[in-house]
Amino acid sequence: MDIFEEIRALTEKYPDRRGALLPALYVAQEDAGWLSQEALDRVSNALNLPQATVKGVATFYSMYKHRPMGRHLIQLCTNVACMIMGAESLVDFLKGKYGLEPGGTTVDGRFSLVIMECIGACDRAPAMLVDTDFHSDLTEDNIVEMLEEYK
Amino acid sequence: MEKFLLKNIENPSSASLEEYVGAGGYGSLNKALQMEPSDIIAEVKAAGLRGRGGAGFPTGMKWDFASRDTKFPKYLICNADEGEPGTFKDRPILEKNPHLLIEGMVISAHALKSERGYIYLRGEYPHARIVLEKAIEEAYAKGYLGDNIAGKGVGFHLSVHQGAGAYICGEETALIDSIEGRRGQPRIKPPFPVNVGAWGMPTIVNNVETLANIPLIVSIGAEKYAEIGNPECPGPKLFSVSCCVERPGVYELPMGTTLKEIIYDHAGGVRGGRELKAVIPGGISTPVLTPDGIDCPMDFVNLPKRGSMLGSGAVMVFDDTVCLVKVCWRAMKFFEHESCGKCTPCREGTGWLRNILERIEGGFGREGDIELLQDIALSITGKTFCPLGDGAAGVVLGFIKNFSDEFMYHITNKKCMVNKDSQSAG
Ligand code: SF4
Repeated sequence: MDIFEEIRALTEKYPDRRGALLPALYVAQEDAGWLSQEALDRVSNALNLPQATVKGVATFYSMYKHRPMGRHLIQLCTNVACMIMGAESLVDFLKGKYGLEPGGTTVDGRFSLVIMECIGACDRAPAMLVDTDFHSDLTEDNIVEMLEEYK
Repeated sequence: MEKFLLKNIENPSSASLEEYVGAGGYGSLNKALQMEPSDIIAEVKAAGLRGRGGAGFPTGMKWDFASRDTKFPKYLICNADEGEPGTFKDRPILEKNPHLLIEGMVISAHALKSERGYIYLRGEYPHARIVLEKAIEEAYAKGYLGDNIAGKGVGFHLSVHQGAGAYICGEETALIDSIEGRRGQPRIKPPFPVNVGAWGMPTIVNNVETLANIPLIVSIGAEKYAEIGNPECPGPKLFSVSCCVERPGVYELPMGTTLKEIIYDHAGGVRGGRELKAVIPGGISTPVLTPDGIDCPMDFVNLPKRGSMLGSGAVMVFDDTVCLVKVCWRAMKFFEHESCGKCTPCREGTGWLRNILERIEGGFGREGDIELLQDIALSITGKTFCPLGDGAAGVVLGFIKNFSDEFMYHITNKKCMVNKDSQSAG
């Protein structure tokens, strides 16, 4: 199924087309890893919604990306529980080890890093999501090992 | 206490329909389908269940309002957007006991005569989405969802709607906006969602844990249910415990269990036998307590008497290695990031508070900063559209009220009173 069709199919779950906008943006984002203008246009066409509406919604939510991302997205939490358990030093560690800054991408395009506001893993802090995988109880040692799985 | 919400979750296949049914699951649904919708609502009312999302509004009353509205269709939305730092109590249900939630939703839908439901799931729980979607598929295949549930002529359709990283969407009207494909910004109330909600129709928004309590009420009856917990706030409650304790995690205990028991008897006490310094009882937006305040029953009635709130039941424990100015700063950074921007006191005030806290923490605090923080916080309180602004202000006021010494020390000595070497984080 191409994206256009996939998005159209989503509308069946909602009483009007606009209801499908958030999931449609996810579908478009999954395709290229981010939402280009072209991707936004495609959503707008598939749902028959004004471009401004689509863009306005897409820019409100922090999980939609508006520039190209690395092959793997690291979403690391630094909120209170993770902070107390050492998340800030992990941010420094990623900078030193991979040259990866918050909001940035490694030169080889392998990873992008986004700092998160709580991923609901406070009992196993510090924690991160890599793409859709969840990793917890992070330390400088095990984070490298975990990231090795992502080529 | 016998577990109900977290029953069986140690079993690796607890999420499967087979396991769930094997352990007696969907029995309550079968029972509820023999009942009149109004009788189910009466039972929930009699049970005294109060919403587990934070506000603690009586669930039966909410249902009653919605069922009196004669407009159809009615929407039933499960709020699975727990995004408050410290809060992860719904996660075990979503990831390990999804059929309990589905069963609760189908019973609720029957009671409310709703034929369409959504689980509004936060974007940060991708694994829960996979589990829920599989469980929904299984439930359809076995006829627990669909047009004619268990052959009883009741129809209910359910799907997952994934949020995209906006804490404010946990607020029910913002959540409704988000489901409609809008920017999630709170709406003015009234009208309340029970009358004018999603797509202008009556809409009931209940937390995951609230809905997961419904099968228990139906199976044991209101009277027995009300014997759990305390009379003003009955039932089991999920508490998520994090930060400086030996055994962080989610605990299912009777409502009204004291904070002290939760920390010491269940979560194993302060890690490494260190000294307890402060506790946030209900998630980051609830005011912080000092150690002498922990002998308090955790419920919607007793915590407000101590100047805090039950919130989501998310206990955050801080030992003597933690800098509370830093905690307060990080909390404010969160509120600034999550303010939806609709009202000025919240949008501007949270950023301003964060800025001052940042300079105090960094050793650049000025004389008068504490008064300034209080002044700004009081200018937010009661002047915003939704509780986010009030929560942010209350956090600052709570920290200053209980730990002003620590703030003063930072300002006067340009550094933290906690020995940095003993801090576990840099
Ligand atoms: S209080 Fe804050 S989050 Fe709530 S509506 Fe106002 S700006 Fe938005």
